[in-house]
Amino acid sequence: MRVSSMSVPKSPRIWQLAERRYRLIGTKCLKCGRVFIGPRKVCPQCGSRELQDVELPRRGRIYSYTVVRAPPMERENYGPYIIAIVELENGCKLTTEIVDCSPEEIDIGTEVEAVFRKIGEESKSGIIYYGCKFRPVK
Amino acid sequence: MRGEVAVIGVGMTRFGEHWDKQLRDLFVEATLEALEDARIDLKDIKAMFIGNMGSGMWVEQEHLGPLLADYLGVPGIPSVKVESACASSGMAFRLGVLAVASGLYDIVLVGGVEKMTDVTTPESTHHLASAADREWEAFYGVTFPALFALIARRHMKQYGTTREQLAKVAVKNHKHGSYNPKAQFQRPITVEEVLSSPLVADPLRLLDCSPISDGAAVAILARADIARKFTDTPVYVLGSGVGTDTIALHDRDDITVLKSVVLAAKEAYSMAKVEPRDINVAEVHDCFTIAEILAYEDLGFAKKGEGGKLIDEGVTELGGRIPVNPSGGLKAKGHPVGATGVAQIVEIVLQLRNEAGKRQVPNAEIGLTQNIGGSGASCVVHILGARRR
Amino acid sequence: MKFNGEIPAIYGWGSYIPIYRIRLDEIAKAWGEDPDSVKRGLQVEEISVRGLDEDQVTIAVNAAWNALKRAPEVNPKDIGAIYVGSESKPYAVKPTATIVAAAIGASVNIRAADYEFACKAGTEALISVMAQVASGMIRYGLAIGADTSQSWPGDVLEYTASAGGSAFVVGPKSTSSAAYFEAQYSVATDTPDFWRRDEVKYPRHMGRFTGEPAYFKHIILAAKELMEREGLKPSDFDYFVPHQPNGSFPIRVALRLGFKLEQVKPGLIAPIVGNFYSGSSLTGLSRVLDIAKPGQRILLVSFGSGAGADAFSIVTQDAIEVKKGLAPTVDYHINRKKYVDYVTYLRNWGKIYWV
Repeated sequence: MRVSSMSVPKSPRIWQLAERRYRLIGTKCLKCGRVFIGPRKVCPQCGSRELQDVELPRRGRIYSYTVVRAPPMERENYGPYIIAIVELENGCKLTTEIVDCSPEEIDIGTEVEAVFRKIGEESKSGIIYYGCKFRPVK
Repeated sequence: MRGEVAVIGVGMTRFGEHWDKQLRDLFVEATLEALEDARIDLKDIKAMFIGNMGSGMWVEQEHLGPLLADYLGVPGIPSVKVESACASSGMAFRLGVLAVASGLYDIVLVGGVEKMTDVTTPESTHHLASAADREWEAFYGVTFPALFALIARRHMKQYGTTREQLAKVAVKNHKHGSYNPKAQFQRPITVEEVLSSPLVADPLRLLDCSPISDGAAVAILARADIARKFTDTPVYVLGSGVGTDTIALHDRDDITVLKSVVLAAKEAYSMAKVEPRDINVAEVHDCFTIAEILAYEDLGFAKKGEGGKLIDEGVTELGGRIPVNPSGGLKAKGHPVGATGVAQIVEIVLQLRNEAGKRQVPNAEIGLTQNIGGSGASCVVHILGARRR
Repeated sequence: MKFNGEIPAIYGWGSYIPIYRIRLDEIAKAWGEDPDSVKRGLQVEEISVRGLDEDQVTIAVNAAWNALKRAPEVNPKDIGAIYVGSESKPYAVKPTATIVAAAIGASVNIRAADYEFACKAGTEALISVMAQVASGMIRYGLAIGADTSQSWPGDVLEYTASAGGSAFVVGPKSTSSAAYFEAQYSVATDTPDFWRRDEVKYPRHMGRFTGEPAYFKHIILAAKELMEREGLKPSDFDYFVPHQPNGSFPIRVALRLGFKLEQVKPGLIAPIVGNFYSGSSLTGLSRVLDIAKPGQRILLVSFGSGAGADAFSIVTQDAIEVKKGLAPTVDYHINRKKYVDYVTYLRNWGKIYWV
């Protein structure tokens, strides 16, 4: 049962990153070529300020994964879920939930693709957060 | 800066569930103990640095600097909250050391405090996740156990580290904790118990994880040349190092290496002019069992990937070549996140003063503390010595 | 039908069906009913179940992404209108259409809205987009029908109300379009066969009244109107895709109109995935497009309670062949499944209410 909605994001903070989450938009450093999931103004690898938004590939492989069984308050009653670091086809790594399969069906190296899903909601009367999760390619 | 600053007194509350105490009560209790240990009065303290991760989230109170100075009866002295997630009080200690070494203050109080049990466990899990990348990790359902589980799985795949080796870390620390009256858990456990405890974030189980705790720890620092006015057994800060790494685990090249630890340790060893094999006793950040294995490697006690061997060979048990976490570590002693850093200092100070009772490491001369924040986004390492040398 | 401008055509079609399924036996067991009679009566074996993290919006977006995969020549920024039809929107006020717009990378210069007309809201969305393309108001438009269909616990609708949806990218007919619209006719009357009141979570219906005076009457009216006005007979069509509330009504209405089983079977998916309400007939159409050859004619007739029907005559073109393989087919979604029990079904559907 969710108790306090004071510490879950409200509309503006969600809206600021919503389109990036929906379309899997990351940032690419034009100097060293490294790609990041977060919106960056300075490259953490080479320090360059020349960065550009890029649409990331929607496929990748699992780099590591776990099954979360002790959820944070916003995921109470959601049941155990798989969290993974996925390495996309262009080398960019991101953290996401793996869905539509059981933990036994995946391992490090499993190929996965993005699907649009509900990430959470502020409350039953509040806004809904959407974004990408990943599921095994079949 | 080597040997310029000394610890002249330490104190801490028991770590555990303090239902009847508030954050400020815990801090005052630890401070009064430290003041007595240092045989010093509050009016001699020139500044305070208080480590705390999330008072605003857990108890809706910020501005701990003046709050605690007020409640200690010294409103007016410079006092500030220092935050670096679970490395908050390690950082506070570092800032206190810098403050004294700079010559600006001769006696400084550093401490850490956290009150986590006033909310439900899922709420704590949510607040703890603010040490990760809220927008790109926590938002998607990441928890702290999950991050370390991701690391553990890679470590097991890349180096063959086993579930049993992780379990042995918890067993060792519980054994040590049973000698520590301030520890949250004082009951020894077995490998079988660890391996059959409920899964928290596969492959990590309940007994691989440090608990949610309340507590406070305080140390009094003084300029080395006046330390002996207060105590016959000053402990000297020989080295101090800090490092950071990417906030998100996924932005690191190899998640089995905590670069922040490597950087912090390098700075600390260099300043202290010692090498890993000179360390007699260490308090490391075993927020999860895998973190202790990583600590062995990133601190230089073992080669990368061979941390598991150390625990198999009993090297890091009391009685071994380099006892790690004689206090019980975060696992058995407890982990009120903002208080842990200074609590590690408290243990090493007691060890170097030969006051650790049943968990004393014989002839401990040089000790190391390693305190990390988040999934290794920050790390602070201190090297303390019984002699100023 | 004479379009006074461009002839609207389909450039891309795409569907999405959640992976979870529940066998009707599980539901029957929960309510003490005989599974065999239920399945025989409805001609349905199993239905799709939404995942806990899925809703009408996520289904709409996934379907839209698939439709755009089949229309690589269409830049999302050239889409001038996005309409989504549904009766299970998570927001009663706040359009799904704008979330879809953000998720596909549309520009800010779009018309957008959500439609409601029970199970024909999806085809209403399609009609709007067709009209704007035909009149030259937009170059391309996106129409979606998607639902996580609601049903009262213990009601017969539980056996068929399922989750899924389809999307269509529409533009002016050209050599790159997959199929063009030949004609479109609709009927609507005030018929209270099935409805959902504003503050009530589940719909109600009048049992057998939803058959003859509602479903059959309106589908037959719209289909006959189209065929008469266009001078077409059932034998002029290769496929007949009516709204599919279960596995038996579509066959009955097909035969009554003079169509043969082979014409209605290809688009009939309700027996194995159930009724996606606004996504139902559109997904039947999607499946037909997955397998149709160039130069074939399709009669699509959706039905919405309340009540009305939208009839479309669609003719496939050469480009359909190359587009088929560009996105997962309806069969891909149908065959990718995991079974759940009734309790999981209740939990996923939010029928066991939690704060």
